[in-house]
Amino acid sequence: MIKVEVDMTKCQHYGQCVFEAPDIFRLNSDDKLEYTAEADDSERANIEAAIDVCPMQAIHIVE
Amino acid sequence: MNHPVVIVGASMGGLRTAESLRRFGYLGPITVIGEEAHKPYNRPPLSKEVLANEVTHEAVAFEERAATADVNWVLGTRAVSLDQEHNTVTDSSGMVHPYSALVIATGLRPKRLNLANGDLAGRHALRTLDDAINLRAELTPGADVVIVGGGFIGCEVAATAARLGCDVTVIHHSAHPMLRPLGTELARQMQLRHEAEGVRFLLNRSVVGVSGDSRIREVQIDDGSSIKCDVLIEAVGSDSNTEWLESTNIDLSDGVLVDSAMRAISTSGDFIPNVYAIGDVARFANPIFDDVPRRVEHWNIPTETAKRATSVIAAQLNEDEKLEKLLQDQFKPVPSFWSDQYDIHLLAFGSLSLSDTVTLVAGDVTGECVFEYHRGDQLVGVCGIGMRSVVQSYRAKFI
Repeated sequence: MIKVEVDMTKCQHYGQCVFEAPDIFRLNSDDKLEYTAEADDSERANIEAAIDVCPMQAIHIVE
Repeated sequence: MNHPVVIVGASMGGLRTAESLRRFGYLGPITVIGEEAHKPYNRPPLSKEVLANEVTHEAVAFEERAATADVNWVLGTRAVSLDQEHNTVTDSSGMVHPYSALVIATGLRPKRLNLANGDLAGRHALRTLDDAINLRAELTPGADVVIVGGGFIGCEVAATAARLGCDVTVIHHSAHPMLRPLGTELARQMQLRHEAEGVRFLLNRSVVGVSGDSRIREVQIDDGSSIKCDVLIEAVGSDSNTEWLESTNIDLSDGVLVDSAMRAISTSGDFIPNVYAIGDVARFANPIFDDVPRRVEHWNIPTETAKRATSVIAAQLNEDEKLEKLLQDQFKPVPSFWSDQYDIHLLAFGSLSLSDTVTLVAGDVTGECVFEYHRGDQLVGVCGIGMRSVVQSYRAKFI
């Protein structure tokens, strides 16, 4: 399993991560980011792509 | 025979190139040459958080990944020339770097105003972390801050400076700030919101001179008037860092011309083996819109172009049979950008400045809203204030 962490003091809810890892990240009905904190190892490439496109660099994988 | 892949430019594009080479299975040596002393860091906070707070390199640095731990970083050093015949790059310390593939990721630098008296203190431009740290020291409450250029960077800095208590004037060459990308209605609305925060605009105006003793004290405007100025910020666009390539046959008419595989193109129209360009400096055609090569200064482009270039480089160096098919693939990244000014979050997809008509399609321009941008019948962009889910739903229309 991979543990995903989003620094919500940095996150500005741009939602760019949603396109890269749609099974992990989504915007709720208030346009705020929600995410799944534990992901299968098969999601690693998608989560790394989401980390890359985050304008605030708020997403981390906790190793 | 095992020369490194040499990446010139150690900003986000250079870093993503190194990471992505590993992801595509290239295991050989990688060298990154960068002019700044800092390892790659995220630039968007420079016009906002870094100007408003004590932010260090550590706070904006990109996280380093295990896969790129063995990259050879040559920092504080510029590339000064490229020898295409011998496949080498020479840097400013005189070191010669042979390469198996070269990736040009040298990006842009701010254009500066051409002013008599130009050596007065108090002039700034904003591109690097050091620029932001130097500027931050001068944005004190009550300072008369004059920003030349009402584009996105100029307006973001205006918002930050206004909130810091500075007395801010923006001098812009057209009728509204951000007019060319946003269109009249949204640009006018953004202007009103800035004015409500105390920012003053001098529109359809330009700067003709500066005066002072050792520091700038006044800026002269082209209508004959003068305004007080403690800090002058020049946000008037950028130039490509391509001078070091001038003795080559690469087409440098605006940045580095590349094909859809990010391979550099010569002035005679042929691709140059083993030389690639990515990021702000790369001029490429995007089939989403048309076949006209353009440079794209959006934050997502370095990452997208790095991915494209490195998929080809890795296949080439690994003699992968997929290469031919890869070269046939279309490359059509969806441009995406955002801008934060006060509590206003602009989010856009596509290429707004290609449009000839702009239409409000949701919300109210004085609150949250979404605009569509068309060129003839073709949707070329979408931009909104807030309403992120609506704006995001458009992205699929470009793919």
